[in-house]
Amino acid sequence: MIEPGLYHMLFLSAALFFIGVYGFFTRRNLVTMLMSIELILNSVNLNFIAFNKYLWYDKLDGLFFTIFIIAIAAAEAAVAIAIIINLYRSHKSIDVENAEELKY
Amino acid sequence: MSGSTIIFYLLAALTLVSGLLAVTTGMIFRAAIYLLFSLIGIAGIYFWLQYEFIAAVQIIVYVGGIVVLIIFSIFLTQQAGEELPKQKMGRQIFSALAAFCGLALVLVQLVQHEFVITNGKRIEPTVANIGNQMLGVSDGGYALPFEVVSILLLAALIGCIVIALKSKPETE
Repeated sequence: MIEPGLYHMLFLSAALFFIGVYGFFTRRNLVTMLMSIELILNSVNLNFIAFNKYLWYDKLDGLFFTIFIIAIAAAEAAVAIAIIINLYRSHKSIDVENAEELKY
Repeated sequence: MSGSTIIFYLLAALTLVSGLLAVTTGMIFRAAIYLLFSLIGIAGIYFWLQYEFIAAVQIIVYVGGIVVLIIFSIFLTQQAGEELPKQKMGRQIFSALAAFCGLALVLVQLVQHEFVITNGKRIEPTVANIGNQMLGVSDGGYALPFEVVSILLLAALIGCIVIALKSKPETE
């Protein structure tokens, strides 16, 4: 075990990102797909903070990007859950396979 | 090997293991709880990096806001104790392969890449520095994006109410 640095952070966030991608591919329930998206967004935030901490420590821009991503993720989650609840009301299911009317 | 190194590896293991469990478990409520632990692990890593403000925001917004919202939506849309249907084996293998190939590609690029480190003076991420730059209108200030995000949040608020509104029966 060596002292953690930038590469450890980037390995961690890459692994977390692809865990989220795996969940997004395999899940077919809208709520669990939303959870995978949250994991992906968090790995992006971790990347921004790691770059800000280890490479561009004379600026705070990575930190601001993270703050704005968190705000936008909160708005996105709220809208997504409103859509999910509306979908459940009309279809009695939140499985993506059952919501295909828009296709035709 | 110092204590801080051990803490980093523990936090990273907590984040990755609970993230993996969150996307693989069959019970949807457990998936939400594992997601909660994964987000707490990330907040711990922000604390470890000494970005305390971001860690606090992470705990307030993600752990306190989004996960609670997700748990509420699970309660509203899921039958209690019902397991998610198992996915096809082929799809699982294909997804794992795709994710693994992507990860391998990124890691290979990462190992080969040489990062350039700036040689400026370090700015500490204290709340005073963050606040001054966040609301600054001079060069490098973030006042305009701040206002845009507040408009976005207002729009999301109104949009949620409109989408989730129960439509009244039509009256002639």
